[in-house]
Amino acid sequence: MVQPNIGRRKFLLYGTAALGTSILLKACGAPPEDTETTTEEGGDETASSGSGDSGDTIKVGILHSLSGTMAISETTVVDAEQLAIKEINAAGGVLGKQIEAVIEDGESDWPTFAEKAGKLIDQDEVAVVFGCWTSASRKAVLDVFESKDHMLWYPVQYEGQECSKNIFYTGAAPNQQIEPAVDWLLENKGKQFFLVGSDYVFPRTANTVIKEQLKANGGETVGEDYLPLGNTEVTPIITKIQQALPDGGVIFNTLNGDSNVAFFKQMQGAGLTPDKYPVMSVSVAEEEVRQIGPEFLVGHYAAWNYFQTVDTPENEKWVADFKAEYGDDRVTNDPMEAAYIMVYLWKQAVEEAGTTDLEAVRAAAIGQTFDAPEGLVTMNANHHISKTVRIGEVNEEGLFDIVFSTDGPVDPQPWNQYVPETKGFACDWSDPEKGGKYKVEA
Amino acid sequence: MVDFIVQLLIGAFNGISIGSVLLISALGLAIVFGLMGVINLAHGELMMLGAYTTFFVQNIFNALGDPWAQVYTIAAIPAAFLVAALVGLILERGVIRFLYGRPLETLLATWGVSLILRQLVRTTISARNVDVTAPAWLRGGLQIPTGNIPIQLPYARMFIIVLTIACVVGVYFFLNASSWGLRIRSVTQNREMSACLGIPTATVDALTFAIGSGLAGIAGCAITLLGSVGPNTGQNYIIDTFMVVVVGGVGNLFGSIVSAMVIGIVTYLIGSGTFAVLLSPMDSMQPVVAFFEFFASSSMAKVMVFALIIGFLQIKPAGIFPQKGRTAEL
Repeated sequence: MVQPNIGRRKFLLYGTAALGTSILLKACGAPPEDTETTTEEGGDETASSGSGDSGDTIKVGILHSLSGTMAISETTVVDAEQLAIKEINAAGGVLGKQIEAVIEDGESDWPTFAEKAGKLIDQDEVAVVFGCWTSASRKAVLDVFESKDHMLWYPVQYEGQECSKNIFYTGAAPNQQIEPAVDWLLENKGKQFFLVGSDYVFPRTANTVIKEQLKANGGETVGEDYLPLGNTEVTPIITKIQQALPDGGVIFNTLNGDSNVAFFKQMQGAGLTPDKYPVMSVSVAEEEVRQIGPEFLVGHYAAWNYFQTVDTPENEKWVADFKAEYGDDRVTNDPMEAAYIMVYLWKQAVEEAGTTDLEAVRAAAIGQTFDAPEGLVTMNANHHISKTVRIGEVNEEGLFDIVFSTDGPVDPQPWNQYVPETKGFACDWSDPEKGGKYKVEA
Repeated sequence: MVDFIVQLLIGAFNGISIGSVLLISALGLAIVFGLMGVINLAHGELMMLGAYTTFFVQNIFNALGDPWAQVYTIAAIPAAFLVAALVGLILERGVIRFLYGRPLETLLATWGVSLILRQLVRTTISARNVDVTAPAWLRGGLQIPTGNIPIQLPYARMFIIVLTIACVVGVYFFLNASSWGLRIRSVTQNREMSACLGIPTATVDALTFAIGSGLAGIAGCAITLLGSVGPNTGQNYIIDTFMVVVVGGVGNLFGSIVSAMVIGIVTYLIGSGTFAVLLSPMDSMQPVVAFFEFFASSSMAKVMVFALIIGFLQIKPAGIFPQKGRTAEL
């Protein structure tokens, strides 16, 4: 036994010290409490709106993973959002007020995302939150934003089958990325598809969509396989591809993260070259090409709405501004572009509403247009944006040569029209009768 | 018939190549965990440091120009060994030597070290993955003329198999034919008796740990040929390496070799669906075929391999080659 060694004298000494400290702490802690009440009394009007509009700044939340496995991708999106905020502030801000960003780290951990979302809304009283990357993190914060009736802007392409009143989606819905890519492959590259993906919600949902689409349009799914996230052993999959497609065929790749590196390195080692086995990826953008190494990717394809090589004056300016801000060796990609434009779309909505009041901004956001680097985008009544769809082929510099693009923006369909359960459904938040999921009259 | 034999050989090659990646990753751990009894959860991070060393050697050699750029992998192997061995030495002298005989504390301490190393790389180098590209002669493969399916054996895989054999042979001779090897074996078998006989046990511990760590560094260099290099690289391999050592039997290098190869081949046969294909001509085996087809995907194969290992450890809890007689004290 170690404990009973404290004698009476020591007990008294430590006891008094502890008591003294606690009183001292209380005394020090009191004044700020007082000041807080006074400001609340003084600023009663602003507090009641509860939407970050206080004094001469407007607070907005940025919620991405700054650490953990997703930090690689999500930090680049934060850079794009901060660039937009900086530009807006330099041009005079929103409603004559400067934007102040409150940045929170979701730590690549989905419950942390939910917790931090609650903190941004309740404690920081932000006017809007820009955030999330993985579908898992978006699903985790969805409840928070819906129960508190707040607003999230989400910048990444995703699997669809969701349409929340409280979320604005500026990345592609499946019909703006995956479906045109499959159509293009069917037309130009072959009818037999092998599907490879990481083992989680996005690839599995996306592949369900692809299989239905192939069935409807005369293609064939000859096999599919899923790698656990982070797994780097691809040999069994390569054997399966060789057996299923002995004479070559199309590989549709929804792998995410490190597995992509292993997949492309080992594909090349096994002699699966792009002339016989073209790979179409939906999660490989400029940033990933740089990390995998262009040597392994030349000749393969990716489908996005935006590539750094898009030829518009807006894009030229944006790429130059981005490099001036963050360095010449940086590249821009699709999610970053979507993150950049969503800040502007929100700003336009606030200015049209004339307030940061959530209900008014939500109504004003619908119909906003913006000359984005990717071309003209429009916010639809279903909270997704109309975007141009492009397919790029990796070149030796690690950038994309654009081999296909749609004539104009494609309207988003959050509810998939190939999957039987959601066929015939749509979403319209401008009409309270319709809402998130209603049956379209034929 | 020729086709069938070629297919079988290719299957064996693929299985062995998966097994050799497992073995080279686990070899260092077989020494550190197997011989010294240290549960080193930072093993994966030592591999990661080896991989980053390869990255830096690559950049230096690429800057030197072409004849050098083609051979950087060869130079990266000793460099990765030295860097990882040095970090291992610091780790042993700084942390682990105070924790011998307390496996649970070692487990927590080395987990902490692994977190520190990962975060160190994130903050000092980058949170992003870095691009390590094998020289051109390691990127292609050997063409095998077969009937209908074109097969190519990747040079990178062959290189790893050769490297693994070289490491195993090197470790075998070091342990069994050198005087330091003799001391290591005597200390791991009976520490007090060895100390009485004048063997400097503390030096032996440090040396053993450094060599185990150095082997992890070589493994890190090898995996850059196949996968990604980033702060989380080590985490992708740590589970597999412990699996190999535990199944092989702690304290037995030969057991690790056998278990790595068996796990590699079984993973390949289940994951690629070869089992299902082989059994499908037999009518009476149809339910078994359906069973194997269900498991014929990468993530399900993993489930199956783990289930088999759990079953195996129920029968032989101490692995394939359990230590006989009075076991070495920990």
